Amino acid sequence: MTSPGLLEAAPPRPGRPAPGGRAVAPRRARRPAGLIAVSAGVAVLLALPLVFLLIETSGAGLHQVIALIARPLTAELLWNTVKLTVAVTAGCAVLGTGAAWLVERTDLPGRRIWAVLIVVPLAIPDFVVSFGWASLWTWVHGFRGAVLVMTLAVYPLVYLPVAASLRSADPVQEEVARSLGTSRLRTFFRITVGQARGAILGGSLLVALVLLAEYGAFELLGYQTFTTEIFTEFNLSFSVTAACALSLVLVGLSLLVLGGEGLARGRGRVARMGAGAQRVSPPLRLGKATWPALAAVTVLVAAALGVPVYSSVYWVFEGGIPSVTAGSVSMIDALAHTAGYGAVAGVLDTLAALPVAMLAIRHTGRARHFLERSTYLVLAMPGAVIGFALAYFTEQYLNGAGYQTAPLLVICYAIMFFPLALVGVKAAVARAPASLDEVARSLGQGKTATLRRVTLRLAGPGLAASFCLVFLSVVTELTATLLLIPTGVQTLATQFWQYETDGSYAQAAPFAIAMILIAAVPSYVLGRFFDRSAHAR
Amino acid sequence: MSHATRHGRRWAATALAAVAACGALAACGSAAANSSAAGATLTLDSGQHVQTAENLVAAFEKKTGIQVQIRSDDEDALADQIATEGSHSPADLFYTENTPPLMSLEGKGLLSPVAAATLSHTPSQYNSPGGDWVGVSARTSVIVYNPSLIKASQLPTQISQFADPKYKGKLAIAPQETDFQPIVLAYDRAYGKAATLKWLAGLKANAAGHIYPDNETIASEVNQGAVGFGIVNQYYWYRMRAEIGASRVKAQITHLAPHNPGYVIDVSGAAVLKASKHQAEAQKFLAFLVSKQGQEIIAHPGTGPGQSISFEYPLASGVTTLAPETPFSQLQPYPITIAQLGTGSAGIALLRQAGLL
Repeated sequence: MTSPGLLEAAPPRPGRPAPGGRAVAPRRARRPAGLIAVSAGVAVLLALPLVFLLIETSGAGLHQVIALIARPLTAELLWNTVKLTVAVTAGCAVLGTGAAWLVERTDLPGRRIWAVLIVVPLAIPDFVVSFGWASLWTWVHGFRGAVLVMTLAVYPLVYLPVAASLRSADPVQEEVARSLGTSRLRTFFRITVGQARGAILGGSLLVALVLLAEYGAFELLGYQTFTTEIFTEFNLSFSVTAACALSLVLVGLSLLVLGGEGLARGRGRVARMGAGAQRVSPPLRLGKATWPALAAVTVLVAAALGVPVYSSVYWVFEGGIPSVTAGSVSMIDALAHTAGYGAVAGVLDTLAALPVAMLAIRHTGRARHFLERSTYLVLAMPGAVIGFALAYFTEQYLNGAGYQTAPLLVICYAIMFFPLALVGVKAAVARAPASLDEVARSLGQGKTATLRRVTLRLAGPGLAASFCLVFLSVVTELTATLLLIPTGVQTLATQFWQYETDGSYAQAAPFAIAMILIAAVPSYVLGRFFDRSAHAR
Repeated sequence: MSHATRHGRRWAATALAAVAACGALAACGSAAANSSAAGATLTLDSGQHVQTAENLVAAFEKKTGIQVQIRSDDEDALADQIATEGSHSPADLFYTENTPPLMSLEGKGLLSPVAAATLSHTPSQYNSPGGDWVGVSARTSVIVYNPSLIKASQLPTQISQFADPKYKGKLAIAPQETDFQPIVLAYDRAYGKAATLKWLAGLKANAAGHIYPDNETIASEVNQGAVGFGIVNQYYWYRMRAEIGASRVKAQITHLAPHNPGYVIDVSGAAVLKASKHQAEAQKFLAFLVSKQGQEIIAHPGTGPGQSISFEYPLASGVTTLAPETPFSQLQPYPITIAQLGTGSAGIALLRQAGLL
């Protein structure tokens, strides 16, 4: 492996003009035309929903749009949406980072199992989580209920990138800090959190954007946000114009979130210096803190996973008479389609995110930065908006060709969840700086060997996390799926929804359990694939 | 070196899995394409309850040999979808729980006229005034309440009393539920716009924290004791009872005073889309819905063939419900017509002005 000594020369020395960038590495000075072209293509595809919103609202005229936005409910919705987003994002950042640190950096008993159990809640549809809680305790409603349910449903969006980042971060810095007499707590906040800062911010960004677009959970909890109102508009006015006008407000909010995250992020550099054989660093011994730590993780898993699973199982046994008898698709069929759509969308997104991430990490420039950031907007758009956008474009320009086919549905998923993939891939590319490629190449490694032995090895955890995030999100997607799914096909989510809205809880519950089980697979793979001990030996 | 090899294998495995998944997906896609290429398969966009639609379709397929595939979604989302699909809509039929989605598509010229023979099975006041859809079944609004939270004697008998401050914290409403608009429109007709807005403001204050998305949620939250009472269509209570068992149903239902604006009838209907390439077959499905056989499926509670847990009132062919309800002929609703209800947009405007939408 490359010797760390050789690489010591590479890091940029701050304070000197243009040190680590263009001057030192001439290769990067070239305009990456190919990368820009591919990334621009991705950005254009992701901009389709926004274009649709603009077409629809401009058709209505400014006067009507202003009338739709400036009504009594708007201020209330704005406040509801903002306070919820702030509270849940903060909660997720704390829970996700804390859990990732315990699992990745300490000797917490049963770390491998926890690593799986902590991720699985992401694949429980939010409407299942809220149903689970609301059916057990009536106090779970309104703002309080929404914060609780959403935090438990989406904290893995912070956990996953942070865990991946901690897993592949260089433990040396922590050890140096400790050896210099810095306390554990200070080391945690200054070094560990510092190393994972990009991942924490990236995850929090996802949480905030996902919250803006959330619908299913709030419906049940009686909490109104912009997105619940957008769905109401879709449902009531028989014109998508009002829904589109309100969606533009959502786009404005997500621009604010993106701007805030950009400010908080500043300019950091997280690249480690060696792909190296991952050094075996002894995990931090929790000692007396073991029991409290175990208790904390247990409570988290019980709340996020236990409650929805319990209520699902409860309904399997306690539900009333089976009501739906005829032609519904089988569980196996729904499972296969869900897994297939999720896997293909996951691969598509991870591949599509690579050029955008490389452009964002390895090159600078305002236009390229803008291009990368623009791709996040789509996450804050409700699924139905994206589904309607694709329906609109196929009807207008393709005579309906491709509409309600598997490829279009998968493209829709890929558009919806691209930002989830981008965060992981960006972290991955940041871990594998171009300078390492150059060193490897200069040491006589071929192009493919460099890719395989250096880039992919460092980028692996991030890429896998990307795939899994997209996969898990596809499993629970409902509103765009209902619109675009091929006729006669059901996913686990659509079948669950059909039974659930019919009040057939006993028949809905097995589909909820299947969603949880199918989510456990990538979560498990994620936990095992890049387990530290597997590397160490 | 063993590292790199192991990694190589893992990546190869991942790639293979992805390729396999793509292949499987492509296979699924082509299979779906094949089945739809078979020709006489109808696509039914349905906002009706799944079990009701499935049992009707099963009986229709058995009788005619024409296959029907169901796409279930919220009826209003489906109406938006059909409008967006325009002349390229892959759907043939649209079956809803309420008339506004049908009136909206009829207004946009997206429905085909229903055969006169089919229309004649249903009393004309429950059909489209323009003849583009046929009425299939109906429901009526009732108060659902939890006796442990509010006694029957304390309940309002007039919809106007729902806004009385003494019901603060006890009332649940679902302003975005399609079933709610007819009540708002009836109130507007009875008392005028200013009074309606004042009444809606009272409802909003009384229902704070209990503003739910739909009638199912009202029924189940009232039953669980989360809130005292609300107004829903009668069949939600019957469906809930069939679903969770009579022993677990704590909630009860009661009617408002006769001809009160809160006492309304909601009609479920069906139509053939103009974009359908199977007009004749699709018309056969409408005819089946209002035939004696179709209406009896709606009327007979149960889960077997020829039954359903619809709990709606059949409207056509003289069939009456077997569910233990107030007979349809004895209902005493507020007289508001389907044409007056229209697409519900007047009610939506009032709800928006009151800050409930």
